[in-house]
Amino acid sequence: MMRTAAPQPPVADTGFVSTAARLVSDTRFAVAVIGAGPAGLAAAAGAAEAGAESVLLLERDYRAGGILNQCIHDGFGLLRYREILTGPEYAEREIQSLSAYHKDSPSDSTIFLAASTFVQTIHRSGTGYFILYCMSSGQFTAIQARSVIFAMGCRERTAGAISLPGTRPAGIMTAGTAQRLMNIQNITVGKRAVIIGSGDIGLIMARRLTLEGAEVAAVTEIKPFPGGLDRNIRQCLYDFDIPLHLSTGIIRIHGKKRVEGVTMASIDPDGTLDAASARFVPCDTVLLSVGLIPEHELVRDAGALIDTVTRGPVVDQNLMTSIPGLFACGNLLQVHDLVDYASKEAESAGRNAARYARGDVETGTACPVTALHGIQYVLPQKISIGGRIEFSLRVTAPEINFRIQFLPGSGNDAPPSDLPPAAPLFSKKFARVSPSEMIRITVSCPKAEPLEVSGGAEY
Amino acid sequence: MALHDVVIVGAGVIGCSIAAALAGTGLSILVLEKEADAGFCTSSSNSGVVHSGIHYASGSNRARFNVAGNQLMEPLCRELQVPFKRTGKLTVAWNVQQAAKLIKLYEQGLANGVPDMQIIDRDAMETLQPGISGIKALYTPTTGIVSPYELTIALAERAYANGVEFSFCSRLSKIKPPGSSSPHFRLVVEKDERTANSSTYRPAANSQLQARVVINAAGLGSAEVARMTGIETPDIFPCRGEYYILDKRLKDSLNLLIYPVPGAHSGGLGIHLTNTTEGVILIGPSNEYIKDSEDTATTAEILQALRNEGHRLLPSLDTNDFIRSFSGIRPKLAPPDEGGFRDFIIESSPEVPGFIHLTGIESPGLTASPAIAEHVKEMVGQLLPLGKRNNIITGRPPINGTPFLSTRFANAGLEEKAEMTARDPDYGSIVCRCETVPLAEIKNAVLRIFGPITLAGIKYRTRAMMGRCQSGFCLQRISEILEEHFNIPAEQQTLKGPGTELFTGRLRPLDPDKAANLPQTGREYSE
Ligand SMILES: Cc1cc2nc3c(=O)[nH]c(=O)nc-3n(C[C@H](O)[C@H](O)[C@H](O)COP(=O)(O)OP(=O)(O)OC[C@H]3O[C@@H](n4cnc5c(N)ncnc54)[C@H](O)[C@@H]3O)c2cc1C
Ligand SMILES: Cc1cc2nc3c(=O)[nH]c(=O)nc-3n(C[C@H](O)[C@H](O)[C@H](O)COP(=O)(O)OP(=O)(O)OC[C@H]3O[C@@H](n4cnc5c(N)ncnc54)[C@H](O)[C@@H]3O)c2cc1C
Repeated sequence: MMRTAAPQPPVADTGFVSTAARLVSDTRFAVAVIGAGPAGLAAAAGAAEAGAESVLLLERDYRAGGILNQCIHDGFGLLRYREILTGPEYAEREIQSLSAYHKDSPSDSTIFLAASTFVQTIHRSGTGYFILYCMSSGQFTAIQARSVIFAMGCRERTAGAISLPGTRPAGIMTAGTAQRLMNIQNITVGKRAVIIGSGDIGLIMARRLTLEGAEVAAVTEIKPFPGGLDRNIRQCLYDFDIPLHLSTGIIRIHGKKRVEGVTMASIDPDGTLDAASARFVPCDTVLLSVGLIPEHELVRDAGALIDTVTRGPVVDQNLMTSIPGLFACGNLLQVHDLVDYASKEAESAGRNAARYARGDVETGTACPVTALHGIQYVLPQKISIGGRIEFSLRVTAPEINFRIQFLPGSGNDAPPSDLPPAAPLFSKKFARVSPSEMIRITVSCPKAEPLEVSGGAEY
Repeated sequence: MALHDVVIVGAGVIGCSIAAALAGTGLSILVLEKEADAGFCTSSSNSGVVHSGIHYASGSNRARFNVAGNQLMEPLCRELQVPFKRTGKLTVAWNVQQAAKLIKLYEQGLANGVPDMQIIDRDAMETLQPGISGIKALYTPTTGIVSPYELTIALAERAYANGVEFSFCSRLSKIKPPGSSSPHFRLVVEKDERTANSSTYRPAANSQLQARVVINAAGLGSAEVARMTGIETPDIFPCRGEYYILDKRLKDSLNLLIYPVPGAHSGGLGIHLTNTTEGVILIGPSNEYIKDSEDTATTAEILQALRNEGHRLLPSLDTNDFIRSFSGIRPKLAPPDEGGFRDFIIESSPEVPGFIHLTGIESPGLTASPAIAEHVKEMVGQLLPLGKRNNIITGRPPINGTPFLSTRFANAGLEEKAEMTARDPDYGSIVCRCETVPLAEIKNAVLRIFGPITLAGIKYRTRAMMGRCQSGFCLQRISEILEEHFNIPAEQQTLKGPGTELFTGRLRPLDPDKAANLPQTGREYSE
């Protein structure tokens, strides 16, 4: 079996992976994982555990851990480790669990890490391998893998993407950028901030800024309900008396050189701005927490179908994309609010990718799983084999007494039939649901058939 | 009091073109610029179109300098290694009245000396741009696109390498024309106090200067500058154009430029899609008169209109494809109630000899800039003896010993990338992931900046921070690089010069003893 030339131990003494294997072009791996955040780490573990002979983890940052390295708050790992961990602690646990697959001698090892390595493109070769073009300091290499797992996480939406009107001075950045600057680079970003959007990162940063002596003048949210988890609204805003303005839009950013303030106004139920409610809020900083977009460019360029709602790839029950051999997990696939689920999903992607590399993945005709009223999206979007399948979904609006049903469907293009509706494969009433919380549901599907998922309030 | 043969006010594309044209003729030349870099005003915020010259009244300065500039632009860009592409353009008529206007434009083009025009029908239109609507079009193959900020920077570099001095963050505030007390112009420059004692800013000019000739290339500020000499000049009516930038993913949707037939009194050429030399597509510009000539804000209403227009013109557009909005301001001489255009004013002042006055240089000022520069050079030649240009540095010059990198890593082929990375390890470290900008290019850009080092200056030189994540990924990395490699502490880093500081300080004091033992993220990163 081929190995990297002189691989370094992927687990450094500190417990943090920060060493780069020297890659050698044309080295072949059973599985390559792109991105060594929690999803990539768990995917590598899953692949190794399922018997993959060699797994290469590729990470563009100088160490593994992904976004967790900058999440120094706690609240991670309650499900996976039954403990409340900080982001870096959670990452460290995940890295430690890889040590079983790494020995001092490269020939005894299964998992290798190439940090500070940026995967730029992927091609499919004629030999059943994918070729990954990787850049790292002083090296440009093309390595090969039988199956590839995408675990690149997501990026934050920007001022441009939400069409923020007004000036473009210094002092506007995404909440995640501010988080990294503060928590890793020891840099303060401002003295008085307005946070636009109520996503989790924004909420966490509202608390963080307050704890560091800055003032958070307001958190604004265009929707009538917050984007982040309830617990973050309570622990990060209410506990610190930070006002949350729901149904509130930004009319204008002010300031030519540095931000001087924002004008905000309420949005009427019909979606129009109520100009009479417009008010100016002075601030020197604007942080944006207006959503995350899966880093899907590599996947899209490889030819895989992208879901227009999740903006991650379309996958089947094996978490395999529309291109056989390419798998996806973690925030690249769907934005996870809890890392524990990202890890769990990634392990199963890892196992399936290992099986695929051995030629051991059954597939059939893919049947669509369609999200209907009340449901934003359902994953996987396709099933090709029956069995116990774990679905994840999000609802469109906060509701109580909300029944979610999985019904055998007609498929997208079949004509409506007169047959009586089939019995649901799954039906359950949830006391409370919210778009900010991903719902995981395991359904026994007797066979591959089109499914329709819908939800509605019951009183 | 320092005496310069020529002081040029404004380092936009016009001022820099003139500086580059005069450089090496034996004159001592100083460019005064109120902003922190060349091209930070209108010259970086426009459509970047090299117009053919069909739109302007025959015999006008605009027509004359446009057609001449269009011909000079391609060789100039080749020499300076500035991205330029002759894309061609279709001006499209949707109805019979508009088709009749096409004939008028065609005739005007003929009179202006625009070569190779054709009026074409649907079939020919469809061949040039599949899926296009409209009944007839005027095809001008000489229309092109250029990177406006790169052109301005390259011209400034050429001037600088050939001995022209530049003084940034220096606003000209007074001019005393030559008179009994002094045979020269006396100029007062307001320096920004914040530029003192900072490693980011190079020393600016003295606050008192003398000049034999003053060239007013101050764009939106040109009326104000002219009035400092006491001459009369028409008011400038700032007229804003807002744009969206669309994701690179759409770059193949547009083969050439497509414009509507302009309305009679519209002061712009209509909202349209424009490809750029960088692959992103622009949608815009709008056309609104505003009060404040520095108000480059965008507005909710116009952004909405641009989005609607975008969805109409490119049905596959997704909301996330709108990656940024911006606006540029036209220095119009035509007042709002008149609309349309008035001609450029370019004159050697009869009242104040030695004062060369340029004002109202709105569109097609970018296109016209090389021709205007040649013309202004002749005007200077009537005032001062111009030497023969010997030993002049041509091409894109090295700056302070740092060569220009002619191949952009992002545009290199796979093998070339491997070669570049093997040659210089800094090519393998990607700093901006959206635009694939490696550390090698960031370092090179910073070394070549001869004025203040700003994030926007790095952006225009490298494309870092310009991609779809809009600096979410690379801002912190570039900040680290400036600290580690260039000794510019985070607190002194600015977006566009004094007052635009990016950060407010440190979370914890940096104790020099302890700091030495701290794990340093940047060090590992830049290895
Ligand atoms: C601020 C914040 C607060 C959160 N709070 C909580 C919480 O309290 N509790 C909780 O359970 N969860 C929380 N989460 C969610 C959880 O952190 C995420 O779901 C999880 O990190 C997703 O993991 P991932 O591996 O998919 O993505 P990431 O952690 O983003 O990892 C992706 C990795 O891929 C790398 N990469 C990307 N592109 C390339 C490429 N081309 N080549 C090589 N490498 C590449 C990136 O550098 C990165 O390391 C929070 C998330 C954030 C951002
Ligand atoms: C929306 C829009 C679209 C356009 N599209 C095109 C196009 O497609 N093709 C085309 O050919 N043209 C186009 N133009 C026109 C073109 O951009 C301008 O004609 C050109 O950039 C003008 O260059 P300039 O050097 O005169 O002005 P500027 O770039 O504005 O430079 C003037 C400089 O003078 C400085 N200054 C002002 N006052 C002082 C002072 N007192 N002291 C010191 N410095 C001072 C300013 O800071 C500024 O940097 C467009 C313009 C706009 C606004």
